[in-house]
Amino acid sequence: MTEQVQKIAKVQTPFKRLCSQFAESPVALVGLVVLLAVIFVAVFAPLISPQNPYDLSKLDLMDARLAPGETGLGGQHYLLGTDGQGRDMVSAIFYGLRVSLYVGLTSGIIALVIGSVLGVLAAHLGGRFEQIIMRIVDIQLGFPAILVALVLLAVLGKGVDKIIIALVSVQWAYYARTARSAALVERGKEYVEAARSLGLKGSRIVLRHLLPNAMAPLIVVGTVQVAHAIALEATLSFLGLGLPATEPSLGLLISNGYEYLLSGKYWISVYPGIALLITILAINLVGDQLRDILNPRLSR
Amino acid sequence: MTAFVIRRLAQAVFVLFITSILVFGGLYLVGDPIEILVHPEADQIERERARVALGLDKPLVEQYLTFLKGAVTGNLGKSFVYARPALDVIFERMPATMELAVLAMLISIVLGIPLGLYAGLRPNSFISRSIMTGSIVCFSLPTFWVGLLLILLFAVTLGWLPSTGRGPTEEIFGLQLSIFSLEGLRYALLPALNLALLKLALIIRLTRAQTREQSLLDYIKFARAKGLRSSRVIGVHLLKNILIPLVTVIGLELGSVIAYAIVTETIFAWPGMGKLVIDSIFQLDRPIVVAYLLVVVCMYIIINLVVDILYSLLDPRVRISEQHG
Repeated sequence: MTEQVQKIAKVQTPFKRLCSQFAESPVALVGLVVLLAVIFVAVFAPLISPQNPYDLSKLDLMDARLAPGETGLGGQHYLLGTDGQGRDMVSAIFYGLRVSLYVGLTSGIIALVIGSVLGVLAAHLGGRFEQIIMRIVDIQLGFPAILVALVLLAVLGKGVDKIIIALVSVQWAYYARTARSAALVERGKEYVEAARSLGLKGSRIVLRHLLPNAMAPLIVVGTVQVAHAIALEATLSFLGLGLPATEPSLGLLISNGYEYLLSGKYWISVYPGIALLITILAINLVGDQLRDILNPRLSR
Repeated sequence: MTAFVIRRLAQAVFVLFITSILVFGGLYLVGDPIEILVHPEADQIERERARVALGLDKPLVEQYLTFLKGAVTGNLGKSFVYARPALDVIFERMPATMELAVLAMLISIVLGIPLGLYAGLRPNSFISRSIMTGSIVCFSLPTFWVGLLLILLFAVTLGWLPSTGRGPTEEIFGLQLSIFSLEGLRYALLPALNLALLKLALIIRLTRAQTREQSLLDYIKFARAKGLRSSRVIGVHLLKNILIPLVTVIGLELGSVIAYAIVTETIFAWPGMGKLVIDSIFQLDRPIVVAYLLVVVCMYIIINLVVDILYSLLDPRVRISEQHG
C-alpha cells in the first residue's frame, strides 16, 4: 500500500509536465525570460529608473534632444538620449512600459472574466440567451478591432479608464467565442453527466466543472489578446485618442518623437518602439508555445 | 440563396441603424463643436446664431430624427468644417484610401503566397524556419512604428523616397488616382508597404498551413503517382485548392486594411478618408465621423456578403443553406 502511494507520488504533476514541455523550445524559453524581465522593469520602474521622468523639477530643458550616450549639463549620463523636454529616455521607457502593461493586462483580465462567463453560460443555458450572445459576438468580430475602439474613444474621450473600457469592449467577444466552444465540448463529457446525475446545482457545474476545464484554450487566447491589447493601445495613443499626456504609454512616447524624426533625431521614437516590439514579441513567443502544448490535437 | 441574401441585408440595415444611434448619441455627449468652430472672440449672439444655423439648438432626439430622415434619402448631413455634404467629402477622399488598400493587398499576396508555399512544401528547411520566425516578428511589429522606421530609413537616411503625402493624381475612370504614374507610385510605396506588413504575415501562415494540410491528401499523391511534373502538381492541383480559403481571408482582410489605413494615412499624411476621420474627431466634426463610420460599416457588410457568395461559388461542397446566416 505505502509502496503504491509512493509510486503515484512520483508521477509528474500537470504543472510540472507543462513546464518541462514548455522548456522544450529554447525560443519560447527566451521569450519567457524576456517577458519576466519586462514585467520586472515595469513593476519596479520607480526604483530602477535613473530619473523620475514626470517630476518637472528634475527636468532640464538645456538637456533636451541629447543623442544617446551624451552627458547632460548636470553630469547625468543619458544612455538612450533625451526627448524634447530633456527627459531621460531610459526612465521614460520604463515608466511607459508600466502604463502599457497595466492597461494591457487589466483590460485582458476584465475581458477574460466577462467573456468566459458569458461564453460558458451561453453553452450551458443554450436557447435564446446563447443565440443573442453569439449573434452579438459574430457581428462584433466582423469588424476590425481598431474601428470599434476608435468609435468608443471618440465618444468616451481620453483617460486610462476609458481606454480600458474600449479594450475590454473589443476583446470580450474573442473570449466568449472560445469559452463557448470549449464548454460545448466539455459539456458532452462523462464527468459533467456524472455531476449532473449527482444532482449538483447548475451554478456549481458551470463554475467548478465547466469553467476550469475550458481554461486551457482561454489561456492561449489570453496571451495573444494581451499582446493585441498592448499594440492596440499604443496605436490609439499614437493617434492621440488613447491616454492623456500625463500618463504616457510607449505609444505616446513614440508619437511624441514623431515630430523630431524627420530631422534625424531618431532615438525619441525608435527606442520606445523597440521596447514595445520586445514586449509584444515575448508575449507572442510564449503564447505560441503554450498553444502548441495545450492543444490536444498536436499532443505527442 | 435569395433568402440568405435578403436575411443578410436585413441584418445589415439593423447593424447600420444601431451604429448610427450609438455614434450619434455618443458624439452628442462629447464636447460642444461650437466652441471649436466659432472664432474665440465671438460673442454670445454670434454663438447662438451658429448653433441655430447648424441645427445644434434642437433636442437630441429631434436632431437624430432629422439625420435619419436625411440618411434614408442618402443625405448624411453637412460637415461643420467643410460646409459641404459629409458624404461628398468622404467620397472625394475614398479613391486615395482604396488605391492604398488595394496596393497593400497586392504586395502581401504577391510576396505572401510564394513564401507560404515554400514554407509549407519544405517545412523543416532552414529557409522555411526563417520565414516562419520572420512572420511572427512581422505579426508582433506595431504597424505605426514600422511606418516611422520606413520613413526614417528610406526618406530621411537614404533619401530614396518621399516621406509623406500623395503624388500627382490623374483622372482614370472618373476617379482621381495616383498609383498609375511612376511619381505617384514613389509616394504610395512606403505607406502601402507599411499597410501590407500585417497581412503579409497572415497570408504566409495561412498558405503554409493549407499547403501542409493539402499536400498530404490523396489527390496530390495520385497526381504525383501519375507522374505529373512537380510544377504542375503544385501550380495547378495544389494551388487551386489552397486558393479557396485564401480568397475568403483576402476578401475579409481587405475590409480590415481599409480600417487600419487610418493609422498609415495619419503617419504618411496620406489624404484618404482615414486621415479625414481622425482630423474630424479632433475638430468635433460630427457629421463626417458619423458618415465615415456608416460608409465603412456598409463597405464591410458588402465585402462580407460578396466573400460568402464567392466562397460558395468557388467551392461546390459549400452550399449556402436556408438556415445559414
